[in-house]
Amino acid sequence: MTLPGSTLFALSATVAILMTVAALYCILASRNLIRILIGLELLTKAVTLLLAVAGYVTGRMAVVQTFIITLIVIEVVVIAVAAGVVLGVHRHNQDLDPRKLTNLRG
Amino acid sequence: MSFDLQSALLLAGLLAAGVWTVMTADLLRSAIGLAVTSAVLTLALFLLGAPLAAVFEISVCAGLITVVFVSTISLTKPWGVEAALSHKQVRLRRFAFLPLLLFAAMLLLRSHAPHLDLVAPPPAHPVQDVREALWIDRRLDLVGQILIILAGVFGVVVLFKTRDAARQEKKP
Amino acid sequence: MPALFILIPLAAVLLVNLPLRRLLTPAAFWLGLLLALAQAAAAVLVPDHAWIAPLGVATRLLRFTPTADLLTRVALLTIGLVGATALMVARAWTADPERRFRFANLALLALAGMNGVALASDLFSLYVFLEVTAVSAFILIAFGGERDALEGTFKYILLSAAASVLILAAVALLFVVAGSVSFGALHDVVPAAGRDPLVAAALVLLLAGLFIKSGIVPFHGWLPDAYSAAPAPASVLLAGIVTKTTGVYILMRAVTAVFTLDATVRALLLAGGTLSVLIGAFAALGQRDMKRMLAYSSISQVGYIILGLGAGSILGVAGALFHFFNHAVFKSLLFVNAAAVEQQAGTRDMDRLGGVAERMPVTGTTSVIGFLSCAGIPPLAGFWSKLVVILALWQAGERGYAAVAVLASLVTIAYFLSMQRRVFFGKLAEGLAGLREANPWLLVPACLLAAVTVGVGVGPWVLDILQLPAGSLP
Repeated sequence: MTLPGSTLFALSATVAILMTVAALYCILASRNLIRILIGLELLTKAVTLLLAVAGYVTGRMAVVQTFIITLIVIEVVVIAVAAGVVLGVHRHNQDLDPRKLTNLRG
Repeated sequence: MSFDLQSALLLAGLLAAGVWTVMTADLLRSAIGLAVTSAVLTLALFLLGAPLAAVFEISVCAGLITVVFVSTISLTKPWGVEAALSHKQVRLRRFAFLPLLLFAAMLLLRSHAPHLDLVAPPPAHPVQDVREALWIDRRLDLVGQILIILAGVFGVVVLFKTRDAARQEKKP
Repeated sequence: MPALFILIPLAAVLLVNLPLRRLLTPAAFWLGLLLALAQAAAAVLVPDHAWIAPLGVATRLLRFTPTADLLTRVALLTIGLVGATALMVARAWTADPERRFRFANLALLALAGMNGVALASDLFSLYVFLEVTAVSAFILIAFGGERDALEGTFKYILLSAAASVLILAAVALLFVVAGSVSFGALHDVVPAAGRDPLVAAALVLLLAGLFIKSGIVPFHGWLPDAYSAAPAPASVLLAGIVTKTTGVYILMRAVTAVFTLDATVRALLLAGGTLSVLIGAFAALGQRDMKRMLAYSSISQVGYIILGLGAGSILGVAGALFHFFNHAVFKSLLFVNAAAVEQQAGTRDMDRLGGVAERMPVTGTTSVIGFLSCAGIPPLAGFWSKLVVILALWQAGERGYAAVAVLASLVTIAYFLSMQRRVFFGKLAEGLAGLREANPWLLVPACLLAAVTVGVGVGPWVLDILQLPAGSLP
């Protein structure tokens, strides 16, 4: 992409923010725990975009690539553990409605 | 097509893929949508000059994570056909608000557009090679990666052992 | 030398997972205990020059320059102490060697992660080790596979991941401005660029993410559920050190090493601190579940730490650091007591407990010490750190906030008196006739922590800790 740095940054930041809004909406309005995880993943995609553009704009793409690679490894481990927890919840509750996770309220 | 248009289209495509992932009613389609979003991001990373990160993104996020999601979805057996159909209409009402919200957010952002005033000067000793950056400069992060992978392995063992134990208890 | 704090636990985990399993399964626990205690001792005893010398083989192997100031050393000490405590509680909590093995491994990984957070000298490595700790914590909370624990874990995962995204976004913005993530480079560029919209946005994002991780009101939603539903040893680890390292420590680092304690930062800290101190304390009053009350108490006490930072002076930061340590000690102690009561009496419901102290004297006595320290009664340690925070606020002209802190102390006394009356004193409740004192593995850490909180309060080294961390401040 060879937009001048600041335009690219402005556009990407805007897209990242909009994606974040969509992802947050997904997390808050969802009736299924798995969809909440998908929303979390979308949040991470938005941040990855932001990081990548930050690297491009400052001319330090090598370092930022290492950040992104490490971030992806972390992301997959977190999702794997979260999926395990979701399966555990399903075993107890027989469904994945986040509104049923109110056993602890008080 | 000029480069400007290409970038703008790519970013728009990314956003569109993301919104579709959120709004689509079927959970499996949502997981596929996530994979598509990852794929578009991969393209963006490649064009920004981050080929190694792009490869990681497509193989791990669009690949591995999609597999994790699809297995989880199939193991938790969501709705039957009629339930899914009625749910779709309910869902549409709930999520109809989203495009409006996004449009409003976009208008808001246009007036207070994120812009760059201050950017770091080019580096004195530029590191061109990712491999050098990763294995030498960011070696500590690699140790972190090893630790987190180990933790993940234990996580799988702990979380799935308890599942199996509970299953065996339920069997008479 | 500092790099060893990360590498040795890693080596230990790899070692005990070699194919010689039958021999090595019990080794995991003992190795973990030994390493945690050694770490605590090293943090206090090893002289300054050994920390700063960059020539250690391990540090060169890792090619990183660790931070090694007072903040780091206090953190390492605390991590070691609470880690050892959690392992001992785990031993009492389960007799199954497999479970002990898995717990010890995860505790070692969490230890390595937290040490990494304490030693990191750049913002991204901080994030990486933060995630290592968080993932280990997730698994430890979900360890028993019970329904409430899984529910608490999911909420924690959700909020923690969202907070991580906020922190990463801040890192990206700061990277644009500074071209680097190292604390040194950021400190050169960021405070000077204070008015820049990117920097301001980064500040807000970073603080929001760290507030969530620290359980500061209004971002504390995940905390009571996670703390109360987690299995006993995980609660100790979580309340004692994980939340503090992944949240409060990083907050302290960020506001001193990256940003400076300017008016905006301080205002945000004071706001968050006040809300936490008050809401945590008042919410604790209305709880029935013992661990849930302790969870809200933790929210309140973390508020003190944040108020200390918000005072913005060297005295304030010293008070915050001191309370960081003290809270880890007395809160872990109280959670150990809660674990003992839960294990012996079979319930955490304070309305169904009563008169426990006559059958469980050690647990009862140490819980009184814990409560007195937390409520800030002299001459115990908690009194001194709270005093320093209140003094710092007063001196900084934040008289109203100082008054709030004092008020919260009164409420703290109230809810702890309530807990003591309902659980430990009074008539022995029905069904508790056969109550016996807890497993020695629960009594040893309780006594140890009680001794520390008394010793720190009474001993001459109180003044040493108040000798200020001059080097770690702008």
